[in-house]
Amino acid sequence: MPKITFIEHDGTVHTVEAEIGSTVMETAQRNDVTSIVAECGGSCTCATCVVHVDEKWSPVVGPPSAEEEDMLDFAFEVKPTSRLACQIKVTEALDGLVVYTPAYQGR
Amino acid sequence: MSEAIKTDVVIIGAGPVGLFAVFQLGLLDIKTHLVDILDKVGGQCAELYPEKPIYDIPAVPLITGHGLTEALMEQIKPFHPTFHLGEMVTTIEHLDAQNFRVTTDGGKVFETKAVVIAAGGGSFQPKRPPIAGIEPYENKSVHYAVRKMDAFRDKNLLIVGGGDSALDWTLNLQPVAKRLTLVHRRDDFRGAPANVGKMRALVAAGSMDLKIGQVCELEGAGGQLTGAHIKAADGTISRVEVDAMLPFFGLTMKLGPVANWGFDLKDELIPVDTGTFETSKPGLFAIGDINTYPGKMKLILSGFHEAALMAQRAHHYVHPEKRLVFQYTTSSTNLQKKLGVK
Repeated sequence: MPKITFIEHDGTVHTVEAEIGSTVMETAQRNDVTSIVAECGGSCTCATCVVHVDEKWSPVVGPPSAEEEDMLDFAFEVKPTSRLACQIKVTEALDGLVVYTPAYQGR
Repeated sequence: MSEAIKTDVVIIGAGPVGLFAVFQLGLLDIKTHLVDILDKVGGQCAELYPEKPIYDIPAVPLITGHGLTEALMEQIKPFHPTFHLGEMVTTIEHLDAQNFRVTTDGGKVFETKAVVIAAGGGSFQPKRPPIAGIEPYENKSVHYAVRKMDAFRDKNLLIVGGGDSALDWTLNLQPVAKRLTLVHRRDDFRGAPANVGKMRALVAAGSMDLKIGQVCELEGAGGQLTGAHIKAADGTISRVEVDAMLPFFGLTMKLGPVANWGFDLKDELIPVDTGTFETSKPGLFAIGDINTYPGKMKLILSGFHEAALMAQRAHHYVHPEKRLVFQYTTSSTNLQKKLGVK
């Protein structure tokens, strides 16, 4: 299974296994990465599962869809590599992915 | 204070569970008023996932949040509930042994025999931007809603965001403000295209300013803003004169006033008895996502079950003199009359 590393704002590192076909948000929730709030449960309607994708990984993960980009307007301190974790599907290609979670998701 | 509205039960929250509570209470001749902070019914189904499919409503293989809300509204029509939307219940007090007084932030007062808290994850409230030191300015010169446009007359106004709220208020307040600046993180807007066009025309005519970036620092003293620093994507920082700021970053669920109603909350949830869905306070019920008990699952179907059992117990408070006879809608002419099908 691919491994994903979440680095939280306070420096806490979680390296966890991710199921192919699930999302990065679901992976975070299954592994108690609490800085991913995911208020809407993965519907791309709340912008509380923001991650800043590591710059090296950003081209692999790819850019947000138009719908997701709109939703990022409701997030804070958005960076060029920011994505909503619920919109990133886990694939074999993401083995080793590193994402940073923000200090505040809006709640 | 306005004159009290007298009713049998006040339901706090007009999400799916609050709506179905109207049905279950209605079958037992209990009249209801519902209060919801959103300007529409449906709760999370309307606010968070109106278009997303729900697959676990019994006997309904697939329905959207919007569809479920519509269907519930149709189902409860015979009971004529009264809705008070865009208002938040702030206090619940005992009036006497049999009655409660419920008040809203809109100044409404209810006198009721029981209260059903169906508040889900709490109340939807505006997201607060994480700008360092914003707190002292909130409700003084930083506002998350516009109550009176005149409050912004002849002021240097900063509106932040790119959605419909940000654009609507930009267009409405631009003629009133001394100078209006709209700040958005990208030069692309999710709001209605017609309004984006109008805003761009105002910018082109020099009647307002548009800055692409994110607010990174506030200036001012004693709650009064004087300026804001805006960081562009390339890292450059510019300053604008600001007397008032309106950030529009959508809504998030906060527990809100539920925290002040004297319940012994567990992880921001209200413990209930699973036979009656009554809280530790007689006459106050909690159903749906806001409650907790051993084995609780936050599912709409669980909330529906909770509403049915709650109604049985609420009947004791509303019609203490009447004996409750269990009946089925399939066969009871009495219930069918109430539903308007007989």
